[in-house]
Amino acid sequence: MAILADETTRIIVQGITGREGTTLTRESLDYGARIVAGVTPGKGGASVYGVPVYDSLRQALCEHPADATIICVPPAAARDAALEALDNGLRLIVIVTERIPRRDVTEMLALARQKGVRVVGPNTLGLISPGRVKIGMVGGPAEDARRAYTPGLVAVLSRSGGMTTELANMLTQAGLGQSICVSIGGDPIVGSTFVDLLPLLEADAETKAVVIYGEPGGVQEEALADYVARQGTRLSIVAFLGGRFVDQMPGQRFGHAGVIVEGKRGSVAGKVQALRQAGIRVAEHLSEVPVLICQALALSS
Amino acid sequence: MRLNEWEAKTLLRAQGILVPEGVRIQTPEQAAEAAVNLGGPVVIKAQVPSGRRMKAGGVRFATHADEARQVAAAFLGQDLLGFRVNEVLVEAQVPPGQELFLAVTYDDIAKTPVILASAAGGIEVEQIAKGAPAKLVHQAVDMCWPFSAYQAREVAAAMGLTGRDLMAVSDVVWRLYELFYRYDATLAEINPLVLLARNRCVALDAHIELDDDALGRHPELASEWGIRPRPSQARPPTPFEEAGARIDAADHRGVAGRVVEFDGDLGLLIGGGGASLTVFDAILGYGGHPANYCEIGGNPSVRKIRNLTQLILSRPGVRRLAVIMNVVNNTRVDLVARGVIKGIVELGLDPRDVLAVFRIPGSWEAEGIKILRHYGVPFCDRTVSLDEAARLAVERSRS
Repeated sequence: MAILADETTRIIVQGITGREGTTLTRESLDYGARIVAGVTPGKGGASVYGVPVYDSLRQALCEHPADATIICVPPAAARDAALEALDNGLRLIVIVTERIPRRDVTEMLALARQKGVRVVGPNTLGLISPGRVKIGMVGGPAEDARRAYTPGLVAVLSRSGGMTTELANMLTQAGLGQSICVSIGGDPIVGSTFVDLLPLLEADAETKAVVIYGEPGGVQEEALADYVARQGTRLSIVAFLGGRFVDQMPGQRFGHAGVIVEGKRGSVAGKVQALRQAGIRVAEHLSEVPVLICQALALSS
Repeated sequence: MRLNEWEAKTLLRAQGILVPEGVRIQTPEQAAEAAVNLGGPVVIKAQVPSGRRMKAGGVRFATHADEARQVAAAFLGQDLLGFRVNEVLVEAQVPPGQELFLAVTYDDIAKTPVILASAAGGIEVEQIAKGAPAKLVHQAVDMCWPFSAYQAREVAAAMGLTGRDLMAVSDVVWRLYELFYRYDATLAEINPLVLLARNRCVALDAHIELDDDALGRHPELASEWGIRPRPSQARPPTPFEEAGARIDAADHRGVAGRVVEFDGDLGLLIGGGGASLTVFDAILGYGGHPANYCEIGGNPSVRKIRNLTQLILSRPGVRRLAVIMNVVNNTRVDLVARGVIKGIVELGLDPRDVLAVFRIPGSWEAEGIKILRHYGVPFCDRTVSLDEAARLAVERSRS
């Protein structure tokens, strides 16, 4: 059984008529995702690759019951779109939009938590359960996604959308398939952190190992280390961290919005130390990741 | 965007929080005049958007106007903590009192705003947290619930305050949270907040950071308070970096952003966000000397890539360029290849000499390979990892 979503998940796209919306609709449909309707206020009656477009989510759901939504609207409209999705009872919200003000993000996440709704993102390329479903731009066009991602027993959780595909591709090259790959989002505050997702992987019988891609900034990696140190885990976890050089340049921003070292907080050195103390393997070089996963799986079987 | 101290204090004052009486000045003469008008000893503070100003010598005291003039003259036009000092704040000295620490920021794990407070202020919060975590009050704010004054009183009580002190400090806590929320701050910190006789609280120093992604909805910052939006970085951009930002801004298609100058000889065109960090680490790890950091992605146009290529190759001492990205999802390999080749050829150079490595597998890869092959440039496919590509680039940049 897949976590978060599978081929039966009925999906809405909010902002379906925009550039990102049309692209990810095409790609996800081609991969087998059940996109049942789209919403763009003012464009009701249109259709995008055969998917009917509505002015409001309520209208869309009257005709097409759904479980999940992908939000790819401009930043200023993102809070409204997320509230609309929460108010209409969707259970999974994937927010692609980048550069949403942090106050808006925390407001929508607080309401999502109150309603028990899972949010992935903002600033995510989405998620993919290889061979089952692709929700969002992750992996690109369906044929490219099929080349990089193959079904298997390794989960990938990544703060970078591009690195989600890069890591899956490396695993695939090494003969290691993936159970679920989530681009968790490059923002400082995201709906699903490593720690939020680990219990789901823990409960998923298919998943045996996890690859984590971390970056400077914030304390998500430290929180994961803390969780594993306290709770333990049956999963073999291998982490890789990009941006070690950023430690030497506090206050300077690189890559994603979340990548900034403030004082000692958020440094890669601190993250590596915390992860290792919790018994999590940390790859020094990216190409060691599949090797460490193979070693860990061989040890645990 | 990190505000200067005077900007932060302008917002505090507008919010009804007391700050020392003071004047922002640009010349030594104005400093002397300010000292006379304030009457009595003053403190003179260089206005640069950075912490640790006290340690760096950016805060000095003066007892009379002449001294104020001399100190201001010593500050103005000098570099402090990587920034040019163009303005100085002259403030009346505040009598000593109990020093408190107050801050509102976001907690990325709880995903809520959090109020941090301590009755032992005046030093860095990291030290308070490290030395005696029990002394640091940490109160999460539920965004589903309207913020109300009782929450501020809870914070003041947890700080160990009572009576009128509790009422005075909780009033500041409440106003600081309002400021944080109203202006889309990501950090609003007062350290120290000095508790004076008759329960007066004065914010001696303040550190406010505003959310870059929300500046667009606060035109009042410029129109009412003279606070102009500017890029957030730890140091001012170099001309090279400014040129990079112009190339990015000139064309909305794709990103060729966050260009950062380094002093090496190997030019880099790398992306996306995560892979560029990974590749930069690997280049350094193999002993390479990058001339720049940058981050391309989101399907940039041929023109954007060409311009960026030419910018990087125009730096003195840069002879080689490495083009490395993760397996791309929506960036077209062929467009990047065309932009890079065009940029090099137009400079009258041979792509075979300039390109140390070209590794971008993914969308439109076959078309990209055709272009590169035509110019005799080797292409690394997805079987070559990012770090292996970085190693090859360093090796070839030495030949």
